[in-house]
Amino acid sequence: MKTDILIIGGGVIGASIAHQLAKYNMDIILVEKASDVCMGTSKANSAMIHSGFNIDGDKLKGKLALAANKVIRELCDDLSVGYVKPLGSITVGFDETDLEKMKKTFENGAKNGIKGMKLLNQKELHEMEPHLNPEAKYGLFEPETGIINPFEYTVALAENAVLNGTTVMLETEVLDIIIENKTVKGVKTNKGDIAARVIINAAGLYADKIASMVEEIDFDIKPRKGQYFLYDKKWGKILTHTIYSAPTKVSKGMIVVPTIDGNILAGSNAETIEDKTDLGTTSKALNEIYINAISHLFPELPRMGDVITAFTGLRAASTSEDFIIEPAKTVKGFINVAGIQSPGLTSAPAIATMVEGLIRELDVDLDFSPKANYEKGRQAPVSLADLSYEERTALIEQNPDFGEIVCRCESISMGEIINAIHRPIPATNMDAIKRRVRAGMGRCQGGFCGPKVLNILSKELGITPLEVTQKGNKSFVLAFKNKELSLEEGDINYEKISI
Amino acid sequence: MKKLVYDLVVVGGGPAGLAAALEARKNGVEKILICERAPYLGGILNQCIHNGFGLQYFKEELTGPEYASRFIAEVENSDIDVKLGTMVMEILEGHQIIGVNKKDGMFAVETKAVILAMGCRERTRGAITIPGSRPAGIMTAGTAQSYVNLEGYIPGKEVVILGSGDIGLIMARRLTLEGVNVKGVIELMPYSTGLIRNKVQCLDDFGIPLLLSHSIIEIHGKERLEGVTIAAVDKNLKPIEGTEQYVSCDTLLLSVGLIPENELSNNLGCEMDKVTRGPVVNEKRITNIPWVFACGNVLHVHDLVDNVTQEAEIAGQAAAALITNKTNEEEKNVEITHDNNIGYVVPQHIDALNNQGKVVKFFLRVKNPDEDVKLVVKDNFENILLNLSKSIVEPGTMVTFNLPRKFVTKDTSTINISISKEQAE
Repeated sequence: MKTDILIIGGGVIGASIAHQLAKYNMDIILVEKASDVCMGTSKANSAMIHSGFNIDGDKLKGKLALAANKVIRELCDDLSVGYVKPLGSITVGFDETDLEKMKKTFENGAKNGIKGMKLLNQKELHEMEPHLNPEAKYGLFEPETGIINPFEYTVALAENAVLNGTTVMLETEVLDIIIENKTVKGVKTNKGDIAARVIINAAGLYADKIASMVEEIDFDIKPRKGQYFLYDKKWGKILTHTIYSAPTKVSKGMIVVPTIDGNILAGSNAETIEDKTDLGTTSKALNEIYINAISHLFPELPRMGDVITAFTGLRAASTSEDFIIEPAKTVKGFINVAGIQSPGLTSAPAIATMVEGLIRELDVDLDFSPKANYEKGRQAPVSLADLSYEERTALIEQNPDFGEIVCRCESISMGEIINAIHRPIPATNMDAIKRRVRAGMGRCQGGFCGPKVLNILSKELGITPLEVTQKGNKSFVLAFKNKELSLEEGDINYEKISI
Repeated sequence: MKKLVYDLVVVGGGPAGLAAALEARKNGVEKILICERAPYLGGILNQCIHNGFGLQYFKEELTGPEYASRFIAEVENSDIDVKLGTMVMEILEGHQIIGVNKKDGMFAVETKAVILAMGCRERTRGAITIPGSRPAGIMTAGTAQSYVNLEGYIPGKEVVILGSGDIGLIMARRLTLEGVNVKGVIELMPYSTGLIRNKVQCLDDFGIPLLLSHSIIEIHGKERLEGVTIAAVDKNLKPIEGTEQYVSCDTLLLSVGLIPENELSNNLGCEMDKVTRGPVVNEKRITNIPWVFACGNVLHVHDLVDNVTQEAEIAGQAAAALITNKTNEEEKNVEITHDNNIGYVVPQHIDALNNQGKVVKFFLRVKNPDEDVKLVVKDNFENILLNLSKSIVEPGTMVTFNLPRKFVTKDTSTINISISKEQAE
C-alpha cells in the first residue's frame, strides 16, 4: 500500500487535516488504532466552540482558535453538521476576587477582538440565568461561544474526506516509522506496511510516542484528566448560556453547559496523570466537581439520580502548554501536530490550514491542484427527529425500518441504526451506534435497546452476537450461548465473595 | 397522516395495559386500542420465565409468560384492537395521540380517554455514578435477563450483582443454573430490597452471599470488565476505609431500582409524585388530567404482577365509567397524608362522593424495615378508621389494605395513615 499523505490519528485534528487535503489531487490514508474515529480527546470534552474571549491570543493556540472561529460555522453548514449555536457564555463570580479576574478576562477578550461583551450586575445576571445560585454576584457576558456535537463533527469531516477519496483505516496501529536517508518512507502497522511521502502525526495523547519514532523530541504529552457529569434532558432548560465559574490558573474555570442534544454537561477538574489509558472516574473528583462547580452554580442539579453518566476526558497537554505544529527537525516529510489541548476542538480547521501550509513548504513534490470532482459537503444521515410528521410518514412508506423505534428514550428507528452501520465511516459496535444516532445514550443507557442494537449489528455486519463488541477490539458484550459454557475452557473458579 | 378514532387508547400492552383494556371492555367501552412498542404483547413478563406469578390473582403459581398468555388470549378473542411495534410519541391536550409504526407510518388517534401503562425502566450505572472505568460487561439485571431468556446468550462467567432488587436476585439464580459463578450480591442498605422469598429461593438455596451495607466503590478493566472494588459502608452509607476488597469478575449486573417511564405523562403535563415518580392519582387512577388514567409500574413500582393487574382493573373500570358517562357529577376531594415510616401512599387522594365499590384499596411502602407495628388510619376528626397489626414491614414488600368507603363521609377532608410501634388509643 502506498500514499502521498499518511495521517496518524482519527480524532478531530486528523479528520480536519484529511478533510483539508482531500481538496487536492493527492492520495491520503488516515490510520486510527481505535475501532472508530473520534475516540480519544476529541470525544470527551466540553463540546464548546470557544469564541476566544478567555484565551491568550499571543499563544499559537489562541491565534488558531480566533482564526478558526471565523470559518467553523460555514464549515459546519457545508458538512450538514449545522450544529454550532452561538449561545454566548456567562462567567459567574461570587466575590471581589472573582470580579477582578473577570475584569481581566474582559480586557483579554477586548484585545482578542471579541465584541458585545458586558459585565453584569447581580440583577442582570439572575435575569439572564434565573436558576443560578442566588449568591452569585457578578457576571461577564460574551455573545459568541457555541456548542457542537464533537462526534458528529469529526465523523462529518472524516466522511467528507472519504467521499473525496481518502482511505480511513480503523483498528490500524502505527508500530514504527520507516526512515531512509533522513526522509520518511512510510509506516509499519499491525495491518502491514504503508509507504508514504508525507506523514502527519496527529496521534493526540500518543503524539510524543509517534514523534519519538522519528527523532529525539523535546516535548512530552502528559494527559490532563478531567471528569464530567452528563444530566438528563429534563434539566436541559435550567440554563440558556454556557456557564463558566470564575477562572483558575490551570483552567478556564469549571463549566455547566447545554449540549446540542438538550442535556446538561458539567465539569471538569484538571489533574495531570501518567497513564494515557486511565479513563476512570473517581468519587473524590466527582464529589469535588459537584460541590465546587455544579451545586455551587446551580444548586437544583442533583448529585445522583438524573445523572445519565459520568465520564473522563484526557486532554493531550504538552509540556510547553501550547500547540506544537511543526516539521520534524532532522527528518524530512514528517509533521508533528501535538499538544492539542483546549481549544483544540475549536481550532481544528485553522490547524488543518496551518498543516497544509507546512506541507507546501516541505520539499516534496505533491499535486496541489484542486480535485475536479471535489465534493464540498456530504449527505447527512437521516434523523427522524428533524423531520415533520408528514415527512416521516413518507420516509416510512419508502423504507418501513424508519417506522420501527428501537431506542425508546431517544426515539431512534431501526432505519437510522442500519444507516449508521453502512455510512462511509461505519459504526461497527454498540458505542459507535450510540455516538452516531444516540441509541442507548438516553436515560435508560441502552437497557432496553441494547439487545436490539446488538442483534442489528450482528445481522448487518454478518457476525454472530458473540462477536459484537461494546467499543471494538476485545470488548465483547456476551460470553457464550445458553447451555454452552465450556468448563475446561472457561476454567471458572466457584469461589464466592467472603469478608 | 392517518387519523383514527377510538373511545379508549391504552399505552402499553404489558400486564397493566392488558388488564386495563379487558376491564374497560367488560364495562361497556366499545372501541379500544392498545399500542405496544414490542412486536408482541405481555411486556416484561415475556422475559420473566421463572415462576411465582399469579398466586394471589389466579390462586396458582405461573411463570411470567403463562401469566401474560391468559390475558393475551382474552384480548385476542375480543374486539380490542392492538397495534404492535408501535411507539406512542406524544399525547396531546386535545384528546389526541400520535403514534408511529412500520405499517401506518405516523398516525393520530382521537380518543375519549387514555390509560397510561408504560411500565418502568431500570436505574443505570450513571444514575448511581459508580466511579471507575467504562468497560463492556456492565449491564442492568433486566438487560441481562433479556439476553439470557429472550436471545439465548449469557453475558459472562464470573458475575457480581449490585443491588438486591428482585430482578437481580432472580438473575443470580438464573445464571447459576447456566453454570456461571455468581460471586455475590452487594447491597448498600442494611436490608435486602427485594422480596424475602426471592432472597431465600435465589440466593440462600444456592449459597450465594448477600453482602448487606456494602457498596462497589470502583470498576476496573479497559475493554471488558476485570473486577470491582467493594467496601463496607457506615450508617451514612459512606464507604469505610480499610474495608476495601478487590473482587475479580467479568460481568456486573445492576439491580438498583426501577423508575416509572413517565416521559409521555411529563410532556403531557401530568402532576407527578416526587417519591413514586409516577402521576398523582385518586382511587380511580385518574391523573390531574380528567381523561388520563395511569396504572401498573408507570404509576408506582409494584413487587407483584398480581397487584398490577388489580390496579389496572380499577383504572379500566374508571375509564369505562367516564366514557359511558356513569361517573358521579360532583366530586369531593379527600387528601391522603402519611407520616412516620411511610415512603409513599397510592392513591394520593380519593373522591368522597365516588360510590363505586365498597372499599378503597391502598398501596404503600415503608421507608425502613420494622416489626410488630400498628398501621393506623385516621380522618381529620381524629376518628380511627382502621387499626391493623403488622408483624413485619419492609421497603421491598408493598403493604396493601382496604378502607371501607362507608368510613369516608362528605365531611371528611383528609385521611392520615401512620405506621408506628406506638399503640393506637
